[in-house]
Amino acid sequence: MVQINMKVNGRSVSRPVEDRTLLVEFIRETLGLTGTHVGCDTGHCGACVVHLNGRSIKSCTMLAAQASGGEITTIEGLASGDDLHPVQAAFREHHALQCGFCTPGMIMSAVDLLNRIPNPDESTIRRNLDGNLCRCTGYHNIVKAISAVASASSSTARAAE
Amino acid sequence: MTEEGIGARVLRKEDKRFITGQGNYTDDILVKNGTHAVFVRSNYAHARINHIDITEAAKAPGVIGVLTGADLANDKVGNLICGWMIHSTDGSPMKMAPFPPLARDVVRFVGNPVAVVVAETRNQARDAAELVNVEYEELPAVASVANAQAKDAPQIHAEAPNNTIYEWALGDKAAVERAFAGAAHRVAVDLVNNRLVPNAIEPRSAAAVYERAEGRLTLYTTSQNPHVARLVLSAFIGLAPENKLRVVAPDVGGGFGSKIFIYPEETVCLWAAKRLGVPVRWTADRSESFLTDAHGRDHVTHAEMAFDDKHRIVGLRVKTTANLGAYMSTFSSSVPTYLYATLLSGQYDIPAIFAEVTAVYTNTTPVDAYRGAGRPEATYVVERLMEIAARRFNMDPAELRRRNFVRNFPHQTPVIMNYDNGDYEAALSAALKAARYSEFAARRNEAMARGKLRGIGLSCYIEACGIAPSQAVGSLGAGVGLWESAEVRVNPVGTIEILTGCHSHGQGHETTYAQLVADRFGLPTDQVSVVHGDTDKVQFGMGTYGSRSGAVGMTAVLKALERVEAKAKRLAAHLLEAAEGDVEFKNGEFVVAGTDKKIAFANVALAAYTAHNLPPGMEPGLKEGAFYDPVNFTFPAGTYVCEVEVDPKTGEVEIVQFTAADDFGTIVNPMIVEGQVHGGLAQGIGQALLEGCVYDPANGQLVTASYMDYTMPRASDLPSFAVSTTMTPCMTNPLGIKGCGEAGAIGSPPAVINAITHALGVERLDMPATPQRVWEAHRSSQQSAAAQ
Repeated sequence: MVQINMKVNGRSVSRPVEDRTLLVEFIRETLGLTGTHVGCDTGHCGACVVHLNGRSIKSCTMLAAQASGGEITTIEGLASGDDLHPVQAAFREHHALQCGFCTPGMIMSAVDLLNRIPNPDESTIRRNLDGNLCRCTGYHNIVKAISAVASASSSTARAAE
Repeated sequence: MTEEGIGARVLRKEDKRFITGQGNYTDDILVKNGTHAVFVRSNYAHARINHIDITEAAKAPGVIGVLTGADLANDKVGNLICGWMIHSTDGSPMKMAPFPPLARDVVRFVGNPVAVVVAETRNQARDAAELVNVEYEELPAVASVANAQAKDAPQIHAEAPNNTIYEWALGDKAAVERAFAGAAHRVAVDLVNNRLVPNAIEPRSAAAVYERAEGRLTLYTTSQNPHVARLVLSAFIGLAPENKLRVVAPDVGGGFGSKIFIYPEETVCLWAAKRLGVPVRWTADRSESFLTDAHGRDHVTHAEMAFDDKHRIVGLRVKTTANLGAYMSTFSSSVPTYLYATLLSGQYDIPAIFAEVTAVYTNTTPVDAYRGAGRPEATYVVERLMEIAARRFNMDPAELRRRNFVRNFPHQTPVIMNYDNGDYEAALSAALKAARYSEFAARRNEAMARGKLRGIGLSCYIEACGIAPSQAVGSLGAGVGLWESAEVRVNPVGTIEILTGCHSHGQGHETTYAQLVADRFGLPTDQVSVVHGDTDKVQFGMGTYGSRSGAVGMTAVLKALERVEAKAKRLAAHLLEAAEGDVEFKNGEFVVAGTDKKIAFANVALAAYTAHNLPPGMEPGLKEGAFYDPVNFTFPAGTYVCEVEVDPKTGEVEIVQFTAADDFGTIVNPMIVEGQVHGGLAQGIGQALLEGCVYDPANGQLVTASYMDYTMPRASDLPSFAVSTTMTPCMTNPLGIKGCGEAGAIGSPPAVINAITHALGVERLDMPATPQRVWEAHRSSQQSAAAQ
């Protein structure tokens, strides 16, 4: 057994779990935050993406123990109360989700992408989504949503200058 | 069109919970005292089970029970069923072999469940499952359609000699023979429709709870049709009478057909919950999903088309062998027969068609409906033939289509289907214009200067959906009717609940069904709730698949709305002291025509529920139900144009443009319809370029059993799509809806293959057109050109 101590969505948690517990199992089953999903067993689908210390990681490919001591943001921690993160709002606005199962991981990956590359072109967006599978949308509207957020923040940045 | 009514791009109400991680999928559900099930599965494609030793597993930490097929049989649990009877041409019924939820004596595909371990935690169940010792005696296995009926092929089921399930036919053999005898031109093609794994991103999952005091079972399950699941589990498998079994399908993460069927896993969970007296949960690993979710497609076909001297089609004959896998899944028999051969006329006026379909067992995962279910297979046959024929005739492929289009409706095809309405020329023109088809040559030359080969391919697809008229499918062997139900409950202060037997697993019904109410009653969509997916709450319905929730599901809602409106109007007239004929319903109010006397809908509802002043004979309340049975299938149709650039050095294919012009009839929410097309195109392009199951022919092992080996389309594999619609209303339902859920997956594979073969100047290319296959096709065509 190992004691996991971390901050999750701004709140400190401390729980004992079996050594082999994956970070995604810790998030879903120990903490009951079921917004992060498991879609595969080879680290491909990206349904499990969360942010660890500000960067996106696949929580199915990390032991909870490896993340101990860190700060995790899950999909549940993205909005501020009723104020959605711009990426969340854009996903709704552009119909970038259908069944919703890949959506939390997709949104977390998109937020990370825009943190790293504020103004990506379409081909950059598509390449950076290689770690997230969607079966419903064909990615078309996901790309639109991410582009829209990038444009909006770059014009906001320009306006502020 | 009101701003939220039919035709409006209303943003989805259900999105809020999905984008904030508040979705409620089956594995998310908190089950008090829930235990975990892990299945022990066969590693062999075909083997006799000599002995199962559970002693070590049963003693492992946390284990509550280990159950086998013998326990299942002792409890008299029934087998899984296929609900659609197909007869062979000799009149004999299909050879439906027993499909026990846990194998007893023989395993017949890798992944066939043999035992289940139930333990307090998932890890304990996984650990204990490894301690179950099964002694197998390996038997020879046959995995491919081509070898299933070979003389020395291993016999998979005693009931099916030669592994043959049925030999079925449709059409007029003699008429086709005459047509071919007199034809000016004949074109033949050999095609493989590659086997696919649906791969909804949410794996299948179940949670079963038994309340012993009540004798009631509850099953939470990833199902597209909870009532059908309840019917089968109750009436055929015998786990509980229907009134003691509740099935709930909460948020479901995609289905594409794979979550229609009744599988061993939820059956066993339900039985284990009762037998062990504990709630039992199970969720598939992705590898389990690959091994056990019903696969799709897997046809081998030889087809021939005959033309007269004006290049009009005079006959079509098709011979298909379809792989149904190791056992017959719930709807499997219908997919290569009545959902396939009946679409072989395509968009064309073909006087004579004859199709023969043989279905076989193999030692592979059971095969059943997957997005399109039979119609992608038919479209692939017809549209590959048309394009190959056009090129042989040195004719523009668009022109060959035009010469053969059906232009007068209704049109009776020689393969049962009667097309109500369509304008295939309109969609073709729209697609060609949007794709800048006439300027292709210039783009091709420009690409060639960069060392790339460009090609352009068409697909003029039609499909039959909005399933289905109950009497028609019943006469063709279906065990169920395919009507739909709805209930409209008006609450005392005027908000509305719509209860539908359809299920939403991505289609957006919570929004689109509310749009229907906004359109008819003038109520804002936020005053309308849609309830689905719970057999305790919702009356019996048939679920969502076959692009039916608009054409069939919404029509049922409409009928119930009309009944509500009629009663409300009568009450309003009474309250307004006017004649019913003088009362109009507009913008949520009942108004006496030509006056300012009016009453809001909400106040009429309140009057109905307080019942202080009702007209004579009127019962209190405002709630109406309806069942709607469609009178025909619906026939969405359109043209897809795919333009590719091939790198001859590597065989890599880039789709530079994919253009779609679809006729879906009336469109309720264009934003949602576009999304359905995008998703379908991605799956069809996936089939054409990337996806495909590989079974080891020597031993039936599924080689492509994870995302490492099975190539799922990713964002970088696909372009943005250019989609548009033309419109001819469906003539057989009052809303004019044809449906749109499957078209993208149906029409796109031939467009892609037609484009690549055009780029390479070859005729044969199988799916998936991987870089290796494309490179080899190009190389051999270069070599034979050089040899001449």
